[in-house]
Amino acid sequence: MNISVKISVNGVLHEAEVEPRLLLAHFLRETCGLTGTHVGCETSVCGACTVLVDGQAVKSCTMFAVQADGTEVTTVEGLASNGEMHPVQEGFWECHGLQCGYCTPGMMMTAVQLLERNEAPSRDDIRHALDGNLCRCTGYTHIIDAVEYAAKKGRA
Amino acid sequence: MSTTTEKPPVTKSTQKYIGRAMKRVEDPRLLKGVGTYVDDVQLAGVVHAEFVRSPHANASIKSINTDAAKKLPGVIGVFTGADINEKAGTIPCASPLPGGKSPVHTVLAGSRVYFVGHPVAVVVAKTRAIARDALELVEVDYEPIPAVIDPEKALEKGSALTHPELGTNVAFTWGLAGGDVDAAFKEADRVFKLRILHQRVTPMAIEPRGCAASWHSGESSLTLWTSTQIPHLIRTLLPGMIGIPENKLRVVTPEVGGGFGSKLNLYSEEAVVSHLAMRLNRPTKWIEGRRENAAVTIHGRDQIGDHEVAIKNDGTVLAIRSNIIADIGSYLQLLTPAIPTLTGLMIGGCYKLKAVKVDITGVHTNKMSADAYRGAGRPEATYIIERVMDYVADELGLDPIEVRLKNMPQSGEFPFTTITGLQYDSGNYQAALEKAKELAQWPRLLKERENARAEGRLFGIGLSTYVEICALGPSKIMAAGGWEWGCVRIEISGKVTVITGATPHGQGQETSFAQIAADRLGIPIEDIVVLRGDTATAHFGRDTYGSRATALGGTAIAMSIDKIIEKTKTLAAALLEAAPADIEFAEGKFFVRGSEAKSIGWGQLASEAYVAKNLPPGFEPGLEASSFFEPPNCTFPFGTHICAVEVDRDTGQVKILKYTAVDDCGKQVNPLLIEGQVQGGIAQSLGAALMERTVYDENGQLLTGEFMDYAIPRALDIPEYALGSTETPSPSNLLGVKGVGEAGTIGATPCIGNAVIDALSPLGIRHVDLPFTPERVWRAIQEKGGTL
Amino acid sequence: MIPAAFDYVRASSLNEALDLLAKHGDDAKILAGGHSLIPAMKLRLSQPKVVIDISRIADLHSVNQQNGKIAIGALTTHYEIESSDLLKRACPLLPEVAGSIGDVQVRNKGTVGGSCVHADPAGDWPAAMLALDAEFEIAGPNGSRTVAANDFFVDILTSAVEPGEILKFIHVPATANTAAYVKFAQKASGFAIAGVAAVVDKTKKEVAVAVTGVAAKAYRASGTESSLRGVEPTADSIATAAEKAADGIDPLSDIHASADFRAHLARVQAKRALWAAVSRG
Repeated sequence: MNISVKISVNGVLHEAEVEPRLLLAHFLRETCGLTGTHVGCETSVCGACTVLVDGQAVKSCTMFAVQADGTEVTTVEGLASNGEMHPVQEGFWECHGLQCGYCTPGMMMTAVQLLERNEAPSRDDIRHALDGNLCRCTGYTHIIDAVEYAAKKGRA
Repeated sequence: MSTTTEKPPVTKSTQKYIGRAMKRVEDPRLLKGVGTYVDDVQLAGVVHAEFVRSPHANASIKSINTDAAKKLPGVIGVFTGADINEKAGTIPCASPLPGGKSPVHTVLAGSRVYFVGHPVAVVVAKTRAIARDALELVEVDYEPIPAVIDPEKALEKGSALTHPELGTNVAFTWGLAGGDVDAAFKEADRVFKLRILHQRVTPMAIEPRGCAASWHSGESSLTLWTSTQIPHLIRTLLPGMIGIPENKLRVVTPEVGGGFGSKLNLYSEEAVVSHLAMRLNRPTKWIEGRRENAAVTIHGRDQIGDHEVAIKNDGTVLAIRSNIIADIGSYLQLLTPAIPTLTGLMIGGCYKLKAVKVDITGVHTNKMSADAYRGAGRPEATYIIERVMDYVADELGLDPIEVRLKNMPQSGEFPFTTITGLQYDSGNYQAALEKAKELAQWPRLLKERENARAEGRLFGIGLSTYVEICALGPSKIMAAGGWEWGCVRIEISGKVTVITGATPHGQGQETSFAQIAADRLGIPIEDIVVLRGDTATAHFGRDTYGSRATALGGTAIAMSIDKIIEKTKTLAAALLEAAPADIEFAEGKFFVRGSEAKSIGWGQLASEAYVAKNLPPGFEPGLEASSFFEPPNCTFPFGTHICAVEVDRDTGQVKILKYTAVDDCGKQVNPLLIEGQVQGGIAQSLGAALMERTVYDENGQLLTGEFMDYAIPRALDIPEYALGSTETPSPSNLLGVKGVGEAGTIGATPCIGNAVIDALSPLGIRHVDLPFTPERVWRAIQEKGGTL
Repeated sequence: MIPAAFDYVRASSLNEALDLLAKHGDDAKILAGGHSLIPAMKLRLSQPKVVIDISRIADLHSVNQQNGKIAIGALTTHYEIESSDLLKRACPLLPEVAGSIGDVQVRNKGTVGGSCVHADPAGDWPAAMLALDAEFEIAGPNGSRTVAANDFFVDILTSAVEPGEILKFIHVPATANTAAYVKFAQKASGFAIAGVAAVVDKTKKEVAVAVTGVAAKAYRASGTESSLRGVEPTADSIATAAEKAADGIDPLSDIHASADFRAHLARVQAKRALWAAVSRG
């Protein structure tokens, strides 16, 4: 039986009748047409699908859309404001924090969560915070640089 | 930032962009989440394919019942091998070896399955969820057969056969010999034997594979979107399989979420989805799941080598004699046989051996095929020769650096021809080694080791000096052309469109190719757009693998620009009322020699060239040129990696304390991107050294079929780096570029391996097999009596 | 990746959830944070016909201290425990364990109750709960009952929560800060190959040591504990006691660690956990 949900995504309210088994990741991609959230595994490990639900970084492949009913979701498409990149996006650009770009949206959403909880993280804090996001291209060092950059920028 | 990297080299004034660390033009779309990967391609009326896959490594198929699946509402069709195989061709191998035996590789299984994940049937449904539900309803009656798993046992007389119709498990044998091996062994003061295993690994690009195909019935043409490294090779190979002419197939690679060689293949699913789109006249899409990716996308490495080494007491390495068994899995994929031959070619590393003899046996087992994974044969070769160098040092009580220096060619000896006939284009191995020592603070490192050992800690230093073969390659050594193509178009507005046939997928050539073009044309980089990844736009190409894109694709672009400049001189001469021979071009301006004040630029010239009212006689309108660059030789990047590790005696856990790498990839176009390639390569190599291994059990069940069981490095595993470079231009192309995509994966595994074994050496340990997992290291310590 | 179809019901109170469970019986599964259930459903290892979402039952989402005892609502997330000032003061082992679970995203959503009921033999919580002698308050159709940690973790993926029941609260005592959790993690999944929780009472000269990841269920290392009973915990006495951390245990074996290695790691980690705990006093 389909269930009716109201989910605010990047400030826009989406109302839809969904199958209970629809994962939040697929709701965002297919129902909302926001394909910036990527899916890279089936076992809740890779973190490519990370979004913020009511401000908390979660793996949207491990949450049904029906669980997100009534919440506010932020995806990578909602990071920039007024055409200006979020400091995390800027950091990834400046520091070459991405290569193929597939893990990047999830990686950035986790970084946003980190900087909300810790505005001046050490490089090791950043490593720990990104433990749930796999990247196969960059080797992470430029990503750590990028988050450091964003932290400095955010404090400035 | 704590990666220490030296400043980029000073560039000539005409080079505003080459050599500069520039951020990428492709990034904003990816950072905003609006890049289009294959699953993001929207096709009206699309239907979804899912594959029924074998749960057995070896079994005959007694029957397949698709009735229940076909009855599920929303299911459009269910097709088995009997329905499809005759219409979708067989999966090609582009590199068969003479005398090799290989099974016919149909797109779906016939009467037998040969590996876990082997596709048996395909379900097509209106939604992915229904297709997934229908999978459960397809009933396949299998009769399991004992699996062939151990490649050495597979070679024993009386072994069960992976493909009984071949009469053997030997897929191919290949040999390479140079110099007088017997004489070299006679001349030796000592001979030692070393057995080196290089484990099977899984590439694990974060975006699994996927494809979508759309049949345009009006035009009788097909568009295939696929997450691949090789749209052009697919366009060459696929038409014959699915029965359409080459000029009716367009292959598009949208954004590709990582490849590392795993997408350097033509896979069953691409052929099946293409066939289904035509057969059903509906756009058809298939997206691989991670567990499928682990099971049915190619694996890498997997070699067992027995090596005999002839040395002199002064540390001279005279010769290597190697017998290598390559476990290639059940089928030959595109380059399966070629990979171990690269190991054979490069086994001598950056040293002057007097003789080399390598014999390779490719063995069929009931596993997924092994093929090109980042480095592809060279990491195996480098691991062997660099372990050998440390072994020699240990055997003779010499310094590992001295042993290496003793055997390296001097910089004046380049181009250096190896004993097996490869010509190393250029090099200064000693300079890279010297620089790495400096960056690693070598004397301090030695002191740290001494202090640590005095405290009873297991502290090790590892080194690897590597050379790799890149920019593959001259067409004479490649199956279907080793050239690369590029096209440059000065548009009527003066803006420039660059089209490359090399198909980057994360390496950043939209930026680095624009840097090359901007300098050569003398225009701002903002005026350039680089197009890639669509055979309708990039008419030719041999794609991206083997660290070839910049060296070959970049050169094709530079050549095209040179053609345009030459042509434009005629037009400029007419407009400046001078002889073409007197026209010079510099920094984006054409002028008469000696009177630079009066010049004309691309904007005006482009306008004239296309409006075409004032053209000199015989001048063909337009400013466009394309080029095929056929390289005279491969390139041979090299470098030195040094690292320090500490082993936890109680748990066997290895920690990398510091990592230094000096890589020489020839002329550097964008040092920031090069640094990214090096760091990414080292991380994959670190994975292979410390944690990654693909495990099949004795029944052929894959035990590492997902990220819960197959570990790849995470941010916490990555050490801080000191990175440096030397810049020895390649004479093989006019840019002097060598390539850097695989350097990290080639240099780092032996460096880490040597460090771990050095750390364990006070306990009398001389060898441990890859990967250095805690349990393996702990066991080695236990065997030597090093207890808690 | 796509679970089998199911019906979804959201319970707004514990009683409603219990009624729904009674109604649907074995066809139903309880969904809290979803981080054990949803992965299993995506792989179709679990195919419930009805999913009862209890995640919004507010009174199960809390950390409270009363008379030296701390009650943790079953729906409290790992992150809430990790960042709880109350727990950092009153029972620091729990935030330490919470911080070692999975990753940030998992900790934000996964719940302590869900994890305990799932009873993964490599989960981190069982070690902490055993070492703290936690008590599990379970609601059922006939009211509540309380089960001691020792009886709660029954076997691989089996806890004492019976069909028709829902875990409500976990009660733990306040402890001194001489407690520690050290984990040797499975590299790919982050689950424990050997995770040891140690709680040291320096005044009573007693220790509690619990081990997860090594055997089919987490266990108290009784040999280690008795070896340190009434003894000053020094480097030597700890090392001797830790040698007994896998005594009488039948260790698991898989591609990540053989039985030998697991048993060895149990001893190593027991030593390290005890030493870390003692050093905090």
